Amino acid sequence: MTGPRTAEAATGSQGPRPAPGVPARRGKRVRRRPLLHTSYGQDMALLDTPAKRRWTLALLAVALLLPYVLVDEMLSLLATAYVAAIGAVGLNIVTGYAGQVSLGHAFFLAIGAYTAAAISGDPDGRVIGLGVTSMLVWLPAAGLAAALAGLLVAPLAVRLRGLYLAVVTLGLVFLGEHVFKEWDHLTGGPGVGRPAAVPELFGVRFDQAGPLGSREQQLYLLMLVLLAVFALGARNLARSRVGRAFAAVRDRDIAAAVMGVDLARYKALAFAISSFYAGCAGALLYTVAGFFDPGSFNLLLSVQFIAMVLIGGVATVSGAIAGALFITLLPRLTRELPALAPFISGDITRTPNVFQVETVLYGLLIIVFLVFEPRGLFGIWVRIRNYWKSWPFSY
Amino acid sequence: MLAVEDVHLRFDGVTAIDGVSFEVGPAELFAVIGPNGAGKTSVFNVISGVYRPQRGRVRFLGEDIAGRRPHRIAAMGLARTFQNVELFHNLTVLDNLMLGRHCHFRYGALAALAWLGRARREELAARARAEDIVDFLELEAWRRHPVRLLPYGIQKRVELGRALAMEPRLLLLDEPVAGMNLEETEDMARFVLDVRDELGVPMVLVDHDMGLVMDLADRVLALDFGRPVACGTPERVQGDPEVIRAYLGGEEDRS
Repeated sequence: MTGPRTAEAATGSQGPRPAPGVPARRGKRVRRRPLLHTSYGQDMALLDTPAKRRWTLALLAVALLLPYVLVDEMLSLLATAYVAAIGAVGLNIVTGYAGQVSLGHAFFLAIGAYTAAAISGDPDGRVIGLGVTSMLVWLPAAGLAAALAGLLVAPLAVRLRGLYLAVVTLGLVFLGEHVFKEWDHLTGGPGVGRPAAVPELFGVRFDQAGPLGSREQQLYLLMLVLLAVFALGARNLARSRVGRAFAAVRDRDIAAAVMGVDLARYKALAFAISSFYAGCAGALLYTVAGFFDPGSFNLLLSVQFIAMVLIGGVATVSGAIAGALFITLLPRLTRELPALAPFISGDITRTPNVFQVETVLYGLLIIVFLVFEPRGLFGIWVRIRNYWKSWPFSY
Repeated sequence: MLAVEDVHLRFDGVTAIDGVSFEVGPAELFAVIGPNGAGKTSVFNVISGVYRPQRGRVRFLGEDIAGRRPHRIAAMGLARTFQNVELFHNLTVLDNLMLGRHCHFRYGALAALAWLGRARREELAARARAEDIVDFLELEAWRRHPVRLLPYGIQKRVELGRALAMEPRLLLLDEPVAGMNLEETEDMARFVLDVRDELGVPMVLVDHDMGLVMDLADRVLALDFGRPVACGTPERVQGDPEVIRAYLGGEEDRS
């Protein structure tokens, strides 16, 4: 599959002579040979083939046009999905790339959500608020607060691994859930909640109609841009020395240490970066709804993020995004079930209702994917791509 | 270069290393031999910091490194390969080699997120060095394959490459030809000689293939049950009655 390309990359250092005026190191595109790389820079680029460049551009164009096509309800849902994708990409950094299973993602989301809400909240309100509504302040602050919490948890990951680490991080969720339910002054208390952070950037309120269109259109575009930035950061991280060190710790930790990777440092770094992503996602997640309740940060939320990573594709950024879209849009699909299957009720007091079906579906999907396609949606995509690449041959 | 001085290592009741001392000079190829369980790999684990010896010193480049953490010892320029291949199985050959250069990178996590300026420059430079090793070990065809899919002999070679990528000042090779057929063994022997002749890296070699050890090594140390039995040129160690007894059993064992 990679045969011809790698053979060509071998000539990368000497390659054809560069055109006059083009520095030798940059490498030059050879006409009619779009897959021929003549410099390591070209060979190591994120979008290293014309097909990838074209499709990424097309996908971005579609995503940018959607707000002018879809109804507001779908836009809100997609905006939420994009934020969830930021969180899922973050979880994939610690669990997918660095191999440290974390069930505590809901806890880090909560820390981000409450830091942001407290910073941007109304100073005269019922709950803590500092009145600083600029996103430039509360978004990094939410990320950093969560990253700090992640750093505090990291020493546990140095001592424990696998199942034991999963159970300890699970403990975090219970701990957090209890604290946030009791701390009325910050969270508003269970069943009451508090307003979410105010998304304001350079004087523009994104949670109101503004220069980019309606409230939903504005929020959608904001989340799309943020997701693109966070996803690009994660892709860069994954192909850097840090990403390689994470993978080394995941695959063979003793060998990684003998090759010079400081295990404690890199596990801490994985937790800190992952929690930073979670904190930012938590801060943004509820700006769409505008309100949130301390009961939201429960085990189910953590499981949903694990499901996004597993269903989307472990240790891939695009997979995590696909998984997040899938899991966030799933409830919207199950809502349609009562019309198709009358024995399923849309009423929460009846059995079986759509909410129960949803929970069962999460579990079922995780099992089905782990058994039949452990690489998740990303793996399915790779198979389809390879099928068409080699079509009409089957190998 | 490397001096191991009177090292003792015990696991509860079991004595793995019992007073081993040896020195490796610059550009020397030093071999450690011994029957199974003689403590050869334990010596490597002590040197590379995986185990902490109860007694004794390990001096590397003039510093006592016994009990230091492995990544610190690696950063000083000590590289090793493992008896059972310990590659990063989901990474490609290139990424495994690039990981070998981990200590040579200077940029941090924030630069990694942006992949601009320094991070990009260092990565491109490292890639060029990794390609040198690909050339040196003739791994061109396997460059982008995840190592878990490679044949065993190639995996062993990639492991040698990963250690070389560190630009080590001393290289420990733990059974580089274990489980290889004759052809693969000869390939590996040639690479080991190339490393010494072209790169001038001193090496400590552990292996069971006596032919290989006697052909390659400048000096040989024989261990038995953690104790040094003989040390010297290959011919001397080969003819040493204690060594023969350790391998074949002595008079008292035969009854």
